[in-house]
Amino acid sequence: MDIVADAPGQLAIDFAYLVTGICFIMGLRYMNTPKTARLGNAVSIAGMVVALVATGFNLDWSAGWWIALVGLGAGAAVGIYAARSVKMTAMPQMVAIFNGAGGGAAAMVASAEFLSKLDPDAGTIPLDVGVTSVLTAVIGAISFTGSIIAFLKLQELMTGRPIVYPGQQIVNALLALAAVAGIVLVALNVQTVPAFFAALVAAAILGVLFVLPIGGADMPVIISLLNSFTGLAAALTGFALGNNVLIISGALVGASGTLLTLMMGKAMNRSVANVLFGAFGAVKATDAAAGPTGSTGGTVRESSVDDVATMLAYARQVIVVPGYGMAVAQAQHSVRELADQLEKKGVEVKYAIHPVAGRMPGHMNVLLAEANVPYPALYDMEDINPEFPRTDVALIIGANDVTNPDARNSPSSPIYGMPILDVDKAQQVVVLKRSMKPGFAGIDNPLYELQNTSMLFGDAKASIDKLVGAVKTL
Amino acid sequence: MNVLHLLTELTVFVLAVFVGLEVISKVPATLHTPLMSATNAIHGIVLVGALLIAVVAEPKLGPALSVLVVFLASLNVFGGYVVTQRMLAMFKPRQTPAQAAAAAASGAQK
Repeated sequence: MDIVADAPGQLAIDFAYLVTGICFIMGLRYMNTPKTARLGNAVSIAGMVVALVATGFNLDWSAGWWIALVGLGAGAAVGIYAARSVKMTAMPQMVAIFNGAGGGAAAMVASAEFLSKLDPDAGTIPLDVGVTSVLTAVIGAISFTGSIIAFLKLQELMTGRPIVYPGQQIVNALLALAAVAGIVLVALNVQTVPAFFAALVAAAILGVLFVLPIGGADMPVIISLLNSFTGLAAALTGFALGNNVLIISGALVGASGTLLTLMMGKAMNRSVANVLFGAFGAVKATDAAAGPTGSTGGTVRESSVDDVATMLAYARQVIVVPGYGMAVAQAQHSVRELADQLEKKGVEVKYAIHPVAGRMPGHMNVLLAEANVPYPALYDMEDINPEFPRTDVALIIGANDVTNPDARNSPSSPIYGMPILDVDKAQQVVVLKRSMKPGFAGIDNPLYELQNTSMLFGDAKASIDKLVGAVKTL
Repeated sequence: MNVLHLLTELTVFVLAVFVGLEVISKVPATLHTPLMSATNAIHGIVLVGALLIAVVAEPKLGPALSVLVVFLASLNVFGGYVVTQRMLAMFKPRQTPAQAAAAAASGAQK
């Protein structure tokens, strides 16, 4: 930007940006406990308002007022409407689409900055603007198209299963190479403009292709990764524009997204590279070829609503294990109702939350919070696992792979080594499941064939509603 | 090319990354979804960049794309914050029966 840095107006704006940075950091800090989290969001909003007002003094309103008005108005209207009307179960895809919007905006801002700093005659660009803008464009474009594919998968507008084809890794590698080549050419000022846009296009295609083979169960990793990409893109936009508030905010988001991505990977005992490059998908394919039927040939015991209701009502402690199936069936309110009925009968009800249950980090927590389940009743894996041996009933609602004992016992299993909830150690295990179809990973779950496991087939919400009715009459 | 300037910016970036890691690592798993949503809203700060390149005498992207970039960024900001607010509103400690009844009643009205 060709603004004189020591102009008093610019100083005031830069100071306002500093205030914004502090607000964002404090806002995130307040998120460390549910008590202050809402305050944190308010502080963060305040920071955003300060940054936008300050930026307003830097704009040429006479020419572009209508662009700001239309863009802001439409963005606010659509954003607020979508955010208010979306169901809590559809939260992961909502976050994905907002994330994609941010990534796309970053790529476009970078392109504009690139074009404005380009020497029109020579077709060259200063190294610093060139490199930062092409990097922003590449990362922003990956985030944009990747988020759209994640949205389509989560919204089930396309299959949530991994899409694999021969030579996938090679195609992705070539696209990545093309993007890198574009970045290098821009840095060297060789064919600067075509190189910039070639890198942008290659990145956009790569964004699509690298999310395609990601299965639904791996979505928590991908959603946080894409979030960190957009953060990084925003920070790089700050480098290109010479704007500190973008650098600080983008760095905060990038760091947080990266941390969450690593946490999710750790919770699955898989490296992020392993998630991205579909080693899991390859195993899945061979598994499917071998046939989805149980290799152990064991039998499962189907139970009735009345039996399960009796089992639950006379238990001392019940641990509910929710999974993505609860979200799909939108059963969280019914689950709360069942817990209320059980608590009336003196049963202690706890909830065991696996870090990667659902489709985004903390997905189950949000759904149960929506159903007014108090958050102290929700336990992390490490805290709840020692409880299972003294638990009468583990009630599994639409969770599968995170309860699979093979992860502990069978070195040949594709999920071997993944930390799981030790539900099989409970006295009784009740599994609510739509059918005997294997879970997302396409792996059989020997849990279902255990002596102390009973299955209750059907839609999770319908089954739980029936259980509520049955428990009431006891 | 101003190398010194770039180095200053890099310093700010690296320090902010450390602050981010420090602050985020203290957030409990229960709040991971709202946290993601909150950071998602924060990267909507790219709206500042969008306004800086779009609301000028001759926007480089032309009028239609300039409107689009402001739209995308503001979608990110407004949507992100409203979703976060909605999520956080649901996190409550164990309630007294009276509060629970009131919450149920207000929930039923929706």
